[in-house]
Amino acid sequence: MNKAEFLAALREKLSGLPEEDFNRSVDYYTEMIDDRMEDGMSEEEAVACLGSMDEIITQILSEVSLPKLVKEKVKPKRALAVWEIILIIISAPIWFPIVFSAVATILSAYLSIWMMVLSLYLLDLSIAISGIVFIGLAIAELLKGAFAVFGALLGFGLVALGVSILLFFTFNLITKGIIYVSKKVLLGIKSLFIRK
Amino acid sequence: MDIQMKRGLLDVCVLAAIKNEDSYGYQIIKDIKPYIDISESTLYPILRRLEAADMLTVRSAEHNGRLRKYYHIEVAGLQRIEDFKEEWKQIMSIYSFVTREEKENE
Repeated sequence: MNKAEFLAALREKLSGLPEEDFNRSVDYYTEMIDDRMEDGMSEEEAVACLGSMDEIITQILSEVSLPKLVKEKVKPKRALAVWEIILIIISAPIWFPIVFSAVATILSAYLSIWMMVLSLYLLDLSIAISGIVFIGLAIAELLKGAFAVFGALLGFGLVALGVSILLFFTFNLITKGIIYVSKKVLLGIKSLFIRK
Repeated sequence: MDIQMKRGLLDVCVLAAIKNEDSYGYQIIKDIKPYIDISESTLYPILRRLEAADMLTVRSAEHNGRLRKYYHIEVAGLQRIEDFKEEWKQIMSIYSFVTREEKENE
């Protein structure tokens, strides 16, 4: 790929970015290619050194916030005519509930995911507490001299504690996975917005 | 290396690369590369982030008939480097604690 082809591809991919971010990233990569060529590389070599287009786009998106992208997407390209504004106001009973429910859906999806994480840890905590209570009861039985009951309760307690420790590490892995997936989803939503 | 750790180190490396004199993107990459892996695509968000945090400022200057962006370190950037040195002293003392038994066994 030569410089012109690379920059054309980059412009195409970033066309949905706010103007300032668009210009800055295109200028940045233009300068990088020019500097590498000045350093003795050929055009193709300089472009190849920049790495994959996907990685470039991912990195550019990482510093642009989602609200900024949404704002850019809904911003009209020209000033609205009076009749258009009136139309928007009149049709508010139709579009407002749609936008509102879309936002509410995304927020509640987020909330329910984190509530799920919270409930997993609460479950784990309750198992651990029950283990401790069992051991406490076991000691009480031991003092009464009921050795068989003591053995059974102590066994329950230790099993519960052991299970809670194992679950804790499992839940940590699940939480890590959820964080990873939600990052990917955010990136996916962002890249939807920079498409034409 | 841990991703979060590398991210923090890259910030400081970029600031260190422009500490003594203003520098430009490709030069920064060439200066840092022997010490830590960095590419054009990773440098871009770092520069944006440091600019947003007022640790550096950008100016355009002509070079061979084209414009090139030069990055200049600001007070907050110099402060970040000083903070890094302080943090690192603590990390080095932790390192010597962690490796003390290995030394004793040698």
